[in-house]
Amino acid sequence: MFLKSTLKSSISLNRSANAYLNKKSFSSSSLYFNNINPNPNKNSSDHDPTTHFGFKTVLQDEKEKLVHNVFSSVASSYDVMNDAMSFGIHRLWKDHFIKRLDAGMRPGGQPLQFLDVAGGTGDIAFGLLDHAAKNHKDTKSTMTIADINTDMLKEGQNRYSKSKFALENPSRIQFIEQNGEILDKVPDNSKDIYTIAFGIRNFTNIQAGLNAAFRVLKPGGIFACLEFSKVNNTILNSIYKNYSFTMIPLMGQLIANDRDSYQYLVESIEKFPSQENFSNMIRKAGFYVPDKGFENLTFGVAAIHIGVKV
Amino acid sequence: MLLKPLYHGHVPLRTIDRALMVISCSVGAYFHPENNNYIIGLGESTAFKPVLEKLRDGMLSDKTGRQILRERPRITSSSLNLNYLKNLPSNTLGNTYYKWLEREKVSPDTRAPVKYIDEDELAYIFQRYRECHDFHHAIAGLPITIEGEISVKAFEFANLGLPFAGFGTLFAPFRLNATQKKRIYQIYYPWAFSNGVNCKSLLNVYWEKILEHDINELCKELQIEKPPDLRQLRRLQKIKNRSK
Repeated sequence: MFLKSTLKSSISLNRSANAYLNKKSFSSSSLYFNNINPNPNKNSSDHDPTTHFGFKTVLQDEKEKLVHNVFSSVASSYDVMNDAMSFGIHRLWKDHFIKRLDAGMRPGGQPLQFLDVAGGTGDIAFGLLDHAAKNHKDTKSTMTIADINTDMLKEGQNRYSKSKFALENPSRIQFIEQNGEILDKVPDNSKDIYTIAFGIRNFTNIQAGLNAAFRVLKPGGIFACLEFSKVNNTILNSIYKNYSFTMIPLMGQLIANDRDSYQYLVESIEKFPSQENFSNMIRKAGFYVPDKGFENLTFGVAAIHIGVKV
Repeated sequence: MLLKPLYHGHVPLRTIDRALMVISCSVGAYFHPENNNYIIGLGESTAFKPVLEKLRDGMLSDKTGRQILRERPRITSSSLNLNYLKNLPSNTLGNTYYKWLEREKVSPDTRAPVKYIDEDELAYIFQRYRECHDFHHAIAGLPITIEGEISVKAFEFANLGLPFAGFGTLFAPFRLNATQKKRIYQIYYPWAFSNGVNCKSLLNVYWEKILEHDINELCKELQIEKPPDLRQLRRLQKIKNRSK
């Protein structure tokens, strides 16, 4: 019984992985192969660990590659799509996130080391530095932007080169290609603030990502996560779900010429843990989570989660 | 909720998704016909099953049509060997097609795969239609300007009856200016309708096998006449406007 279900999931993986590896040049290909026979000689072990990729089941090893492909294909129209899908509300969410963190070197203090993970295009990173400069006259704190996807990093670097940061003090900001679950280039206890906005949902192993965040933060450091979450009101939730599953893939198809990536987006939101469960995962990583630990935005469409390393 | 896909690349849609696609793509295609996504979306979402089934019946009742359905040829720059077409005599279909591609600066590879049609064979028929569209242009000598596209769409509508071509034929002329409208209504639409209705079903033409045929004989066989050269007419109009 168990063998049958693992065989089925390894078959669906074989198809999905092959579909992405044999990706054609026009838009993203569907994950389905219906008339290709799975390799009968494939040795599927009893314990191939699987995970979800949206609503599809894939092998854990493959999820990273699949997510990579999604973000490579959305990188160039990322901002336009975000504005279209959220009617610009994502900007309000991000502004509130930055304001609430209110991070910046205080008078008589040391410059802060920021780490923005899955920060590819840089909007949170630049926003944090701008806030620190404006509200705390902090022009010394440094920022490391880490992302697993080089195309998103390139977009970020592009924007950085056109921004004022590049002119003033180029050594303040650095871009590194990193897997958020490992962060091998980031030493232990080295960061004051760790931020991740709309990135952690794509991790293959979210707990590993939280553990890595704990490792790299200094004692007293703050973990802040902005992510899609569960809407608390039943009626609003059904309206929201209807909107997501109907309109967002359609917008992806028409604006970004990529229905599949946006289908993945709405499915991955559905799969993400609830506010309470995610707070517990943050506690499990070792963080102190004050009160509930989260703040709902727009009735829970998005939520800010905070943890402190003590 | 996952509907079961039926062929490689198939993205099954619910009725509501399809309806939304028709509405958004028709608005988008009207205001931005140069954005391919709208045209593709409109074409596939309005290719209703009965229409495609009728086309399939038409193909099945013709010998060449049956051959096409059996062999399922695809038109790409690799399946067509453009160098060979370049060197064919100038009165052949192949050379005319090649010269048209050069003149309009397009390639046969620009046809997107069909994703939203819910049956394997019907999806192939629509894909074939999409890929043969350039041959229809070449045989009529119409350019890829908006007037040229509308005229070819009208021709295809009269011949095949696809609703998508019908929408274009009906609504697209509202975007044109007065001179263009006059040309369309007086020259090209009458041409498109009389030729489209009289000529043999375009889906039953196995283009790849008749590349060496003389184009004039082919036109006679298919019962198509070439309309006036649109680019020439536009050039003359521009000269006239300048001299005014």
